[in-house]
Formats: sequence, C-alpha cells, structure tokens
Amino acid sequence: MSRIEAVLKTLKGQGRKALIPYITAGDPHPDVTVELMHTLVEAGADIIELGVPFSDPMADGPVIQLACERALKHGTSLRQVLGMVKTFRETDARTPVVLMGYLNPMEAMGYEAFADAAVDSGVDGILTVDLPPEEADDVAPLFTQRKLDAIFLLAPTTTDDRIRAISEHSSGYVYYVSFKGVTGAARINVDEVASKVAHIHEMTALPVGVGFGIRDAETAAAVGRVSDGVIVGSVLVDTIARNQADTAELKRALTDLLHPMREALDSLAS
Amino acid sequence: MSVKLTEEMLSALPDARGHFGAFGGRFVSETLMDSLMTLEKEYLQLKQDPEFQAKFDKDLADYVGRPSPLYFAERLTRETGGAQIWLKREDLNHTGAHKVNNTIGQALLAAFLGKKRIIAETGAGQHGVATATVCARLGLECHVFMGAEDVQRQSLNVFRMKLLGAEVHAVQSGTRTLKDAMNDAMRDWVTNVDDTFYIIGTVAGPHPYPMLVRDFQSVIGREIRSQAMDKVGKLPDALVACVGGGSNAIGMFHPFLADENVELYGVEAGGLGIASGQHAAPLCAGRPGVLHGNRTYLMEDENGQIAGTHSVSAGLDYPGVGPEHAWLKDIGRANYVSVTDEEALDGFRKLTRVEGIMPALETAHAVAYGVKLAAEMDKDQMLVINISGRGDKDIHTIANLDGIEI
Ligand SMILES: Cc1ncc(COP(=O)(O)O)c(C=O)c1O
Repeated sequence: MSRIEAVLKTLKGQGRKALIPYITAGDPHPDVTVELMHTLVEAGADIIELGVPFSDPMADGPVIQLACERALKHGTSLRQVLGMVKTFRETDARTPVVLMGYLNPMEAMGYEAFADAAVDSGVDGILTVDLPPEEADDVAPLFTQRKLDAIFLLAPTTTDDRIRAISEHSSGYVYYVSFKGVTGAARINVDEVASKVAHIHEMTALPVGVGFGIRDAETAAAVGRVSDGVIVGSVLVDTIARNQADTAELKRALTDLLHPMREALDSLAS
Repeated sequence: MSVKLTEEMLSALPDARGHFGAFGGRFVSETLMDSLMTLEKEYLQLKQDPEFQAKFDKDLADYVGRPSPLYFAERLTRETGGAQIWLKREDLNHTGAHKVNNTIGQALLAAFLGKKRIIAETGAGQHGVATATVCARLGLECHVFMGAEDVQRQSLNVFRMKLLGAEVHAVQSGTRTLKDAMNDAMRDWVTNVDDTFYIIGTVAGPHPYPMLVRDFQSVIGREIRSQAMDKVGKLPDALVACVGGGSNAIGMFHPFLADENVELYGVEAGGLGIASGQHAAPLCAGRPGVLHGNRTYLMEDENGQIAGTHSVSAGLDYPGVGPEHAWLKDIGRANYVSVTDEEALDGFRKLTRVEGIMPALETAHAVAYGVKLAAEMDKDQMLVINISGRGDKDIHTIANLDGIEI
C-alpha cells in the first residue's frame, strides 16, 4: 500500500477528512520551502502538494503565476524540488508528498530519470496538470512501476465515460477541480460540488480530493462534508506573497490559516 | 534524409489523437478536454458537409477577395539574377494578411456550435484584427489577448481592433508577448468554456486546432498549384514562407507535401543571430517539449522552462511552432532556416523599393530568404514567396528604427 493510500485509509477509518495544502516550491525562496513543509504538517496537513514552478502555468490564476515567477527568479529547478523533498524526508517519513506541476520540466529532465529521482527523494505521487490520461501512455507506467501514485484531474465538464477511464488510470486519489476556471478564482458552488462528487463516488472506489476555491474553515468544512479531502492552494500562496520578508511571521500566518481548517474538518468526524 | 509522402499517408495525419509522428496531441487540463473533443467531432463532420464548405468558399471569395493573385515579381527577379520569383499576395486579402482565411473558418464553426462569445490571442495584431473583423460581421462578442509589449509595438492594430468593437486585454504576465497572450486566452477559455469559442490564430495549440487551422489555410497552397499550372505550366521548384506558429507556411506547403520535387523552406526569426540566443527559431535551435497543448520544438532552458524570445516582428516572437512543422522537420520534408532582424529589414526595404509592395515584418523574413535562395537557383526555375501580410502595421517600428518620429 502506498503512503498516500495508507494515510487516506487511516483517515477514513477515523471518519476524518484529509487536509491537503499546496505551496509552490522555491517560493518565496528555495531555502525556506522545507521549513514551510514542516510548518504545514504541524498545522494539520495530511498530505502536501508541492508545486513545481513553471514559466507558463496556464491553469493557474495570478496568485500562483506570481509564485512561479518568484521561485524561478531564484532558479528553482525540478531537480532542486526533488532535493527539497529528500531533505524533508530526513525528518518526516510519514507525510505523503505529491508533486504538482506541468509536463515540460519533467520531459526536459527525462521521464525515466525523473521517476527514479522522485522515488529516491521520497515523493509519493505525481499530478501533472496538462497531462490527460490519453497522452500518458509512455509516462504513467514509469510511475506505476515504481509505486508512485499517478493522480489525475476530474472537472465539472468531465463526462461519465471519462470519469471511469480516468479513475482507472489513477491511484492514491482523484483530484476534482471544483469549478471551471483557474486556481485562485472564488467561484465554488458547494451544492454543485456535492452532487458531482457523489456521482464520482458511484463510479470509483478511489478517494476524491476537491481543490480550487477553498479559502477558509467554512469552505473547507462545506467541501469536506461531501468529499474525502480538501486541497487548499491560492490562499496559502497569497499568504506567502504577503509575508515574504519575515519567515517566522510567514509560518505563523500559514498556521493561523490552516489550523482552523483542520479543526473545522475534524468537527465533521462522525 | 527525406521520406516520400503519399496522399494516403497525408490523409491519415494527424492521427485520432492529433499526433503528427511524435508531435502534436492534446496536453491540456481536464476542464478543456470535453470541449476539444466536441470541437473535433463537430469539425470532422462539418468538413464533409457541402453546405459548410460552400459557405466557407463563398466568404473567401466575396468577403476576403480570393483567390489572391500569384504575381510575377519581374524586376526583383531581374535584380536577383536567379530563379523566377513569384509572390503569393495574401497581403491583398481583406484585413491585410493570411490570418483572415482561418478566422472566417473558425467563426463559421463557432456559429454552427452556437457560441456567442469569441476569444483570441494575437502577437502582431493581425490575427486579432481578423478575429475582430469576423466578429463585427457576425455580431459576436470579441475579446483579444495581447502581450503588453506587443500592444506597444503594434498600436495601430490595437486601435483597429477597438474600432471593430473588440475588447483588447493587455497581458502583463511573463514575457508580455504572444506566448503569454496565449496563456491568458487559455485561462479565459477554461473559465468561460460553456459559451466561449477560442479562435486560435496559428497551427499550434491542442488537437484539433493544428489540423483545422491548417485545413482553412490550405486554400493558399491549392490556389498556388492551379495558378502556377495556368501561368507557368508547371509546379514551382521552391516555396518559401515565414514561420511564427506556422499557419501561413503550412497553408502554403500542405497541398505540395506529396510533390517531392517541390522544395519547402520555412523561415524562422533569427533575431540578433542564432548564436546570440536572442531569437525566435525553435525549429532551428530548439528541442522537443510540451507547451500550449501540444508537443513540438520549443525554446527552453535545460530545466524545461520556456525561454524568452526576441524578434523585430511581433508575429514571429513565439517560442514554439506548430507540431506539423516539427514533424516535417524530423522527416526531412521541409527545410527550416532563419534570417536575422537586420536581414528581414533589408528584405522589407528591397520589396518596397523594387516592387512597390510593402510586406509585414514577419513576411520580410520570407522575402529576405527567398531572394537569397533564388540567387542560387537556375533562371528557368520558379520560386514562390508567400507574402503573408502587408506592412502598414509596422511603419511605426520601421520609423523608430530609423530614428524618425511620425
Ligand atoms: C503577416 C503575418 N505573417 C506571418 C505571421 C506568423 O504567423 P504564422 O506563422 O502562423 O503564419 C503573422 C502573425 O502575426 C503575421 O501577421
């Protein structure tokens, strides 16, 4: 059983929901990313989605675009991101880490070399925003052979046929994008999410994480009620942007954001 | 090494997943997949629909003014002293460039799909103008995304778009040029996917765009074939076109791919010279990667980050290229070369002075290379340069370079 599967299974046994924060690696500076990852865990993260910065993040809104620009200004490369995970693993063997990003940096590194290095660094899952399963024939087997979970997106526009096909290609969890739009927009409609996630649950046994538009304890609880976990991104990245200068202050601010979400999710526990 | 292409091979491309060999495909976030698959299905049906084709042909004739002439550049030929130089006059199309062939086709598609809101990206502004034009004609809401730097250097076209009723969004992210405009257009599309049709301006983007833009632009090459037979009694020996995303080039080349005696030359923007790194020539100096929904040759750094580009011409200032060109390069069917800013400006001046035809700066790259190539060819040979657009939009840029204020 993969580390992701194990964590999600334990949570399910406890009737609890997964809290999955996203930050962009190298933002505000490559030196503080590992420290911030530990902060996220202390504040209640079950799984970390670590963004690999890309020059052209087409699926992201301005907040994460700027995070990518800050990280790239410091030359944050995919190899460095893998190094960060390796350092994180030295003191945390428990928390799964999912790399989230765009395909081209992986392609430039070479898929096989990347998959090997990901395993060696202690990465657990790979989520590539611009890689639908149709194009993943060559890549996904490299991940599954190494027991890396391949996590794919589902969207409000995904047809039933595709939900089934995508779920078959996925392991660990599937990531449901809560609305049509880019990251950081505030368009979430909890009722729509609830009915679509219930529908997805009928078609796959995989846990369903929901991301896009979760910004506080209230939205986290509302979405947590109808899913297996919530992914929280732009609101954290925005907090990083506003506290770049002072790491101690930044860690406090991240904790102040995440902790209430953790409590709100746990208050749902049956 | 070149592969002999047959009509049969060509009609099978792209394959069902939108691949041209190792290139192309559909690399987008899940939200867009359903729309792209619907678009593909509808397009493949409409392509066989006589009513759709008749509408398209009628618009090209009566609204665009096709066929565009194939003009023998007698004086330029004499001065060059080599092959006969012929010019395919896409600059004479309504709105002044080849771009309108494609926007007419895609607007018809949008109408058939019942979409009322149109978005487009633009570099030089020619595609933006061509899109705003068809939207004005059909009464559609039009949003054009344009890099903030291009808004500056192509201000004339910005004003044209506004006059036509389009909203121009100046894109401030990234390098503030064409690639960033395309990013923002994709972001808009993902947000408004239910009611919005994205008219992509070149043979790039996710499948089916490279295929359908190619099909709409192939009228250029088909006309050249029959015009060459009428006027000269044979097919040309060489075809030359500039390559930004590659739509005017593929439109010119595609009907000739199976004619192995017709040499094809795509001219990329060499900027300050390939060695300087300051250029926009992914086929000449890039490597395969994935951007904007397809796998193709890209300009990128060793970590897979997309590199900044430079060209004096906004329409060529793009780090990628259409996937079909990437394939044609790899199988050796087409030659891809580059000319520098300086050479392109010389090409602009030469065509203006010798033939009284002022080409767009994009087109000037093809002119510069075409003249160089013609000089090395025999007098009984025939070379066609695709005059993809007219140069009025670039007069400010030229004046600035000459230190003149207008
Ligand atoms: C006149 C003209 N030629 C060429 C291009 C380059 O595009 P493509 O390579 O798709 O033909 C442009 C783009 O703006 C253009 O305006």
